[in-house]
Amino acid sequence: MAKRLTGLLTPIIAVLLGIIVGTIIMLVSGYDPVAAYTALWNGAFGDIYYVGEVIRQFTPYILAGLAVAFAFRVGLFNIGVEGQFIVGWLAAVWVGVAFDLPKIIHLPLAILASIVAGAIWAFIPGLLKARFRVHEVIVTIMMNYVALHATNYIIRNYLAAKSGDKTEPIHQTASLRSEWLESLTDYSRLHWGIVLAIACCFIMWFLLEKTTRGFELRAVGFNQDAAQYAGMNVNRNIILSMVISGAFAGLAGAMDGLGTFGYAAVKGGFTGVGFEGIAIALLGANSALGVFFSAILFGALKVGSLNMPLEAGVPNELVNIIIALIVFFVASSYIIRVFLDRFNKKGVK
Amino acid sequence: MSLMDILTIVVPSTLLWAAPLIFTALGGIFSERSGVVNIGLEGLMVVGAFTAIVFNLTFVGTFGNATPWVALVVAMIVGGVFSILHAVASITFRADHTVSGVAINLLATGLTLFLVKMIYDKGETGIIKESFSKIDIPILKDIPIIGEIFFQNTYWTSFLAIIVAVIAWYVVFKTPFGLRLRSVGEHPMAADTMGINVTKMRYLGVIISGALGGLGGAVYAQSITSNFSHATISGQGFMALAAMIFGKWHPLGALGAGIFFGLAQSISIIGSSLPFLKEIPSVYLLIAPYVLTILALTGFIGRADAPKASGTHYIKGSR
Repeated sequence: MAKRLTGLLTPIIAVLLGIIVGTIIMLVSGYDPVAAYTALWNGAFGDIYYVGEVIRQFTPYILAGLAVAFAFRVGLFNIGVEGQFIVGWLAAVWVGVAFDLPKIIHLPLAILASIVAGAIWAFIPGLLKARFRVHEVIVTIMMNYVALHATNYIIRNYLAAKSGDKTEPIHQTASLRSEWLESLTDYSRLHWGIVLAIACCFIMWFLLEKTTRGFELRAVGFNQDAAQYAGMNVNRNIILSMVISGAFAGLAGAMDGLGTFGYAAVKGGFTGVGFEGIAIALLGANSALGVFFSAILFGALKVGSLNMPLEAGVPNELVNIIIALIVFFVASSYIIRVFLDRFNKKGVK
Repeated sequence: MSLMDILTIVVPSTLLWAAPLIFTALGGIFSERSGVVNIGLEGLMVVGAFTAIVFNLTFVGTFGNATPWVALVVAMIVGGVFSILHAVASITFRADHTVSGVAINLLATGLTLFLVKMIYDKGETGIIKESFSKIDIPILKDIPIIGEIFFQNTYWTSFLAIIVAVIAWYVVFKTPFGLRLRSVGEHPMAADTMGINVTKMRYLGVIISGALGGLGGAVYAQSITSNFSHATISGQGFMALAAMIFGKWHPLGALGAGIFFGLAQSISIIGSSLPFLKEIPSVYLLIAPYVLTILALTGFIGRADAPKASGTHYIKGSR
């Protein structure tokens, strides 16, 4: 019971500390924190339109968070979600542009393409880890940049419309957009992807907690040697976990490719979704439910922050600072636990 | 266009692009040799670039021609101080090094852009007036052929990077400090029993990496971009990380890798004006550093092994 409570308290304390330090930064730099946080709230929940945008924003966040969390549970750090996200985005858009099919085939095909692309992109570091014991962190970082430059090259040279640096819009038959959802939220860019994202939360939970394969994956995450001794194939599980992680990340790319934007553009730098995914997975303690809730928090922060310069004159980068601080505090949860333990002991006396 | 002409264009340009990578990669070596993984190099470069540009814009009236050099020193100090966050989190608070590094990167971009908007009321700074400009190295420039290729139309910072790399090699491999640093990164418990303060050595390793990362960012901003915005540092830190690994955690290896990656970067930009090279799609040059690093790690190009205790926490008394 006490352990569970601490487990829940740590992320909450980390978020509070992040907000407190954010407040201090605003006070020091002469901004009004109350006005800023009010603007943040209004920008996320003040209007049904903003609510729709928040949901749209956290749809890929859920999937990116699941991708990082899934690998974490098997003891791997997939820092390459960003790259898998980008290739998934491009693959989905490519299928969306290149084929003329009825919706019932076209949309699933485009989604499948994103999943396969992400999975392949993550298979490489998984294979290198399993076969050559190469650290997956470094390989996935390098793969991110390869993905960025390679997709830019493909878009610019093979898929770009006449304007030069983005593809044609995808066909309606491959789109996740929904006029009904849009009209429901005062014409935000809300799309059907959210249903897929929630379904993936269930899939991850079911796969890890309720299947033999999931038990093996978790066992490898807890102790590779013990898993090996128990007769599990550690290498196969490492590769499998990276492939599933990459599949989630690729699907996240389809959310933006088929839902929010409906095209793929040449990117000057990373989208950041993959890195937010790391923060989301950490804050959500790598569980499907935790990822879901922390994705909502990050989506609300991101969308709400856009209102801060307008209403309170505070640069929206403040939210990025707060997110970074939350990551710091979650990562340093050891010290938070130490304090909580001290506090508890004093309470007993 | 003769070979000579090509070399006189390519060599200075390579060295220009290589210098920031070399500085930052050397920083990574100090941190990783002490056993702390530093994914935050990118963020440290961002902080260095930001500091240098803001200092340069603000104090150009006071220091005149010397401004870029003073800005380098200031950026080193700020980078070193900023990296203490990483040290506190990953050494004292026992945070996962990679996670803490990711946080450093997020915090650096968030904080610097926040400050840019606060100070200048827009998303980017103005262009600095005093930047590192092309020079001819005295005396050496008169050497026939070599002088023309290596010492004319070049930058002081490139040569500073090479000198610093040699110094770093001497410090890491030929001094008691370097031996202690490496021992803490290979086997902290053995080092501790010999009376070496593991925590102190690791803090020093991280702070030196912060200073060198800040230096790398400052050089980049003041010789290549001349202003600061969200796009100033876009992946150079990770490329420096790649150079560190490709150079097998060795200062001179990092020097070589830095120059090689600098060549790839500069050709991807100036290649279109050169014969032969303009046939190569620039994407291959852009991804070459990353692909080569993966291959090096895999063992296809000589095996690269990290310091043994890199990424682990040293908890006194635990085995």
